[in-house]
Amino acid sequence: MNGKVSEKSLLALSHLGKAVDSLKDFPQSASEDEEAIDGERNHQKLLEKIGYLDGKNRQRLAERSEASLQVSEFSVSNEGTGEQLDLAELLGPIKSSSSMGTVKKQLKKVKNKKTVDLPLSKEERERISREAAYNKISQDMTKWDPVVLKNRRAAQLVFPLEQDGVLENCIGEVLGSWKARTPLEKEIFNLLHQNKQPLTDPLLTPVEKESLKAMSLEEAKQRRAELQKARALQSYYEARARREKKIKSKKFHKVLKKRNDKKILKNFEELRKVDPTSALEELAKMERARIQERMSLKHQNKGKWAKSKVIMAKYDLEARKAMQEQLLKNKELTQKLKVPSDSEHDEDAEEENGLIPDIVNEVQISTDGPNPWMQRNHGITTKTPPIQKEPLSSEESELEEDEKANEEEEALLQELIERRSLRKGSEVDQGSQKQELTTKAPRRTEETEEVLAELRTLSEQINKKAKKRQDGEQSVNSSSAVSKEPSIQREEQPSLDERPERVQTMEALDTLGLDEAVQEQKVLEPVAERRRRRRQRRREEEQEQEEEQEQEQKQEQEHRPSKQKSPLKKKKEPMAALHTIISGKTHQANPLSAPIVVEEEDCDEDATQRQIIKEAFAGDDVIADFQKDKLEAEKASKPKEIDLSLPGWGQWGGPGLVISARKRRRFLVKAPKGSARKDQCLPNVVISEKRNIQAAAHQVNVLPFPFTHQGQFEETIKVPVGATWNTQRAFQKLTAPRIVTRPGYIIEPIKEKDVESSPSHWAHQPYRGKARLHGYSPPPPKERSIKESPITHQLITHTPPLLPPQKKKKNLATMSTGDEASFWK
Amino acid sequence: MEAAPKPGSGAHVKGQGKKQKPRRYWEGGNDEAHPLPDKGSKRKWEERPQPKDAQVPKKPKQIREPRPKQKQELSSKQTQKVLRSKQTQKVLRPKQNLKDCNSDQKQELKPNQTLSGAQDPFPGPAPVSENAVNKFRRGGSKFVTKQPLKLVTKDKLKVAASEEEETSVRAARAELLLSEEPGFLEGEDGEDTATIHQSDIVEAVDIASAAKHFDLNLHQFGPYRLNYSRTGRHLALGGRRGHVATFDWITKKLMCEINVMEAVRDIRFLHTETLFAVAQKRWLHIYDNQGIELHCVRRCDRVTRLEFLPFHFLLATASETGFLTYLDVSVGKIVASLMARAGRLDVMTQNPHNAVIHLGHSNGTVSLWCPAMKEPVVKILCHRGGVRAVAVDSSGTYMATSGLDHQVKIFDLRGKYQPLTARALPQGAGHLAFSQRGLLAGGMGDVVTIWRGQGQGGFPSLDQPYLTHRPHGHIHSLQFCPFEDVLGAGHSRGFTSILVPGAGEPNFDGLESNPYRSRKQRQEWEVKALMEKIPAELIGLDPRNLGEIDVISLEQKKKERVERLGFDPEAKAPFQPKQKKKGRSSTANLVKRKIKVKDQEHREQVRQSLQQQQQQQKKLQTSQSTGPPPSALDRFKR
Repeated sequence: MNGKVSEKSLLALSHLGKAVDSLKDFPQSASEDEEAIDGERNHQKLLEKIGYLDGKNRQRLAERSEASLQVSEFSVSNEGTGEQLDLAELLGPIKSSSSMGTVKKQLKKVKNKKTVDLPLSKEERERISREAAYNKISQDMTKWDPVVLKNRRAAQLVFPLEQDGVLENCIGEVLGSWKARTPLEKEIFNLLHQNKQPLTDPLLTPVEKESLKAMSLEEAKQRRAELQKARALQSYYEARARREKKIKSKKFHKVLKKRNDKKILKNFEELRKVDPTSALEELAKMERARIQERMSLKHQNKGKWAKSKVIMAKYDLEARKAMQEQLLKNKELTQKLKVPSDSEHDEDAEEENGLIPDIVNEVQISTDGPNPWMQRNHGITTKTPPIQKEPLSSEESELEEDEKANEEEEALLQELIERRSLRKGSEVDQGSQKQELTTKAPRRTEETEEVLAELRTLSEQINKKAKKRQDGEQSVNSSSAVSKEPSIQREEQPSLDERPERVQTMEALDTLGLDEAVQEQKVLEPVAERRRRRRQRRREEEQEQEEEQEQEQKQEQEHRPSKQKSPLKKKKEPMAALHTIISGKTHQANPLSAPIVVEEEDCDEDATQRQIIKEAFAGDDVIADFQKDKLEAEKASKPKEIDLSLPGWGQWGGPGLVISARKRRRFLVKAPKGSARKDQCLPNVVISEKRNIQAAAHQVNVLPFPFTHQGQFEETIKVPVGATWNTQRAFQKLTAPRIVTRPGYIIEPIKEKDVESSPSHWAHQPYRGKARLHGYSPPPPKERSIKESPITHQLITHTPPLLPPQKKKKNLATMSTGDEASFWK
Repeated sequence: MEAAPKPGSGAHVKGQGKKQKPRRYWEGGNDEAHPLPDKGSKRKWEERPQPKDAQVPKKPKQIREPRPKQKQELSSKQTQKVLRSKQTQKVLRPKQNLKDCNSDQKQELKPNQTLSGAQDPFPGPAPVSENAVNKFRRGGSKFVTKQPLKLVTKDKLKVAASEEEETSVRAARAELLLSEEPGFLEGEDGEDTATIHQSDIVEAVDIASAAKHFDLNLHQFGPYRLNYSRTGRHLALGGRRGHVATFDWITKKLMCEINVMEAVRDIRFLHTETLFAVAQKRWLHIYDNQGIELHCVRRCDRVTRLEFLPFHFLLATASETGFLTYLDVSVGKIVASLMARAGRLDVMTQNPHNAVIHLGHSNGTVSLWCPAMKEPVVKILCHRGGVRAVAVDSSGTYMATSGLDHQVKIFDLRGKYQPLTARALPQGAGHLAFSQRGLLAGGMGDVVTIWRGQGQGGFPSLDQPYLTHRPHGHIHSLQFCPFEDVLGAGHSRGFTSILVPGAGEPNFDGLESNPYRSRKQRQEWEVKALMEKIPAELIGLDPRNLGEIDVISLEQKKKERVERLGFDPEAKAPFQPKQKKKGRSSTANLVKRKIKVKDQEHREQVRQSLQQQQQQQKKLQTSQSTGPPPSALDRFKR
């Protein structure tokens, strides 16, 4: 230190003079030793002052020179503050003494220990801890990343993610625990067990399987066909029965009933011969029916109908007949039955009683008619008379028409009605008519034959009438023949009918033709006018143009080989006529700027026609018109330049003012060059450049978030979603909701441990979520459902269905992965 | 029901394919040893061509004609089959949770086993051909990815792509259910089908189909206009002199018949057969199926032609006064009334693809209209004379026109509007009609000619007629009956129904237009159709426009935002060099660094474009080199 001071003093030599001066200033003391002391002190002071010079130790206090009781705190010297206390220095004195061993040891320990650093400031401490916490937590959070990413990507999320174990309880378990209690259930289960019906595999029983195995394919097919046929037959029968039931005609039902009765009788007859016991039963049945009929008091002439008939009977023959019939029936029913004797004869007689009266009755009634048999059939063969009538009616209508044609032709409505009636006959295609006829005729004969057969069975005993029957057959045949003839006539009739009308229609046609011609003329007239006008206007131009065009056309024709068409083969004469009309030479596609060229190879007619056409359109320069239009359109669509030059600005005004070209150029705002027109290279087309603003209002005009280019977004909305363009499945998939929640279930927040349990799961199956859409959700693990306490289960099932929507949203981001994982497995 | 070709007629039976019959579960898996050998042999026998001697000379043609439709509803919506996409390779199976829980040892079901123990004879999804799937794809992506995309974007795009793939695969697989095949008519070696008479066809086909050829002799009330309902079941006839009738033409059951005592210009069914509109002398009238007049629309006067747009519920009317008016029949409002500025309008048709109305004018042009635009969307010069008839095919690809210059032309409507083929006819066609399957019918005077295309989806070639027929009177209207092989022709002496094999679509969508629908179904459909009604303003040339972003307004919005904020938040910041020390941030150095970065970007661009070019060239080369593979002997070639 002293050395340092001395150095400093040496450095500060310049200050020495000052110091000497100060020495001189000091007053001299009296005594010498005092002088010596003073000298020493002075030296000290000098040194001090020199020491001060470096400006550091200004506060150095004066040395304590005298011993005094009171030591001022200010006079305590701090000499050696800069030096460090060495432990060795402290230990030095106690080296020798052994009593200080413990202290020494302690001190040595202290010596070995390092010095403790100063504690950090609060801010720093906090910062560090924050940083550490952030790092740790962010590290922790990374485990959520795959879950969140997966949930964001998932096409659909179903909440709660952890499915309960309802699905797991499979049929076997349910059935095992469940017991049949009610008698019905017991019965059903008994049956099932008896038939070895598998409970878990509900498709086929072992028996069925065996039978299926036993049956070959052909057999199965055959059997199926049989079953099908049976079913079809049944359905036909049912349909027929229903149809017949619907028929309201009493007559029909009466006839039907009678027929049935007869059939039963007939059957009975046969049965009696073959199997007498069953015949007896039948007889009992019949008897019973008769008794019932008798009991019902139906034929007492007391019903509503009977009463009305009584009133009508005076005037109406048919009513009288009906009454008579009724009375007869009554009589028959009220007749006392003979006690059945042994003989068959009696039965026969009885039968006769049952049967004959009808016939006899009718025969009696129909004495006025020519053929009683036909009269008898009257009810059944309802179809024949109208057929016979129809031609008559048409003939009548024909007559009427003739009359009316003479009387009033102008009454359109009346005629329309007539036409309608006529058309009914002639409307349908002739071919189909033929078919109808051919099908009808055999049916009719069949019917008649049927009737005859019945008759035959009925009147076996009456031999006389057998001949009549023959006659009847013949007559029927003849009648059918007759009915055929008129039908043929009817076929011809329309054309015959038309004969007077046809003249009219020809006229109508003519007028129509006129109409059309007038129409065409209308189209042509303005054309002609225009032609005239234009001819005057630009004859020369036209000619030039046409010539040019023709030349061009010819050149092009040379280049392109014109397709020659071979005339069609002529097989039939009418077709030949058609072909002459149709056949023509094809042209290659002509550019429209050129007129149509007359081909030299054409036949004369064609050529002349072309000539005519060409002449007709010679003046009508459609092409020039179109070009003009196009030019105008182009001009209109072009953005216009703006001329901002002010005439008279900066120059003398007045009449004859001319703006200089330079000025105009300077003040002209040029229009931006738009893109090329769409129809630039299409000479025959004008495409409007205007935008459909109303349609644009429906378009998307912002680019949604993750997309940076419009093409990307358009890519994602390219596929239509609606059911019109997609299959049902695709439609369902495309419109599946993003989030599905099950009502009545608590949506639990995602759990941390679940994430930790399966970290690697997500790396492999990022898109597993889609599988749900196929309606294919595998069951969750078994343990979970077992662990589930009944209380929670109840809770789940009985909670009110809705949760606040915010919670749902939250859950979207944070959901339990472990459950998810097991869920998707 | 199908009219099977007779063995003697020389018709060869179409091969049924080598597909094996699916196994039933009772057949078991062990029976593989004898897989019904007799069946296979039988089929082979069927496939064998018949000996020539067996042919009956009287029947020279094969006719497979209008087969009666099955009454089952075939629709894409009713596929109950489990269909899967190609990507998901997991086989879907019924739930397996019905395991036996009583036994402790779990019975593990094998993946191919079902609950009943039956084996699936065809495990996995049914194979679908790529072509069939391509038909249902929605076109390739337009954008090219330059920079790597964000993860979210990538995900979304991936999902969209997989959805498209899956839906198209499903749709393709559902095509299996379209079991009906179209009819056809073939002449015997070189015989022209146009020479075949209707009577021949009627003889050859089954009774049900033969009944579809008929004539209505209605010579009094003038030339008839006709219209089939959308289901093809009902027919409306309107005679020039006021006779109006609608009926179910298959059963020939009359619905109503009236005389309106006024000239009838046109007649058209509205969305169902219960309503129809009649263009009468003065006004437009709407009647119901009993012939009761429901409305008289006086704002549509002197109407000459009617068109009904079924998906928009719009009735388009063209009038003598030159107005094209759209009437919304669901609310009874006139949506748009457009002045065509081309004189009298009497040629009109609709494009079924995009509901654009085509008008033919006397100056040889055809103009395309949509209700939201006051001017024609497209104007095409088609003929030198006036346009007499226009027809558009069901796919909206081709337009046939005929003009006063006696030409018939077919135009491409896919953006270019150029004539594809043309032909001059001696009389010119007054009426044209396209069938559902692309046959073109033309009425010339009293002759109907039908042309057919060569391949499926192509335009009809006008070289050679497919069929011809001559009804008794001058043709006044033509329409193919939907879903039937029938062409209806209204003429001056009534109506003729002509059989045209192969005209109609054989399979109908039961939920969309079902010919056999009951009243209840019709009502149901009506409600649904009304709910799915498309706004009129969406009609435009490209119906897919709705799926595109409106770029102009997007940019406008962006611009406005930039103006409002004062800077562009989405713009890529220009490169700003970092401040460096020791004199390395001198101005010259900064500029140098900036240029360096700029150059680097430029170089990257150039490199990419070069790569693209090379790829294109490669593609071209691969497409060109389709010849036989090079052999070693090629070196000796000279």
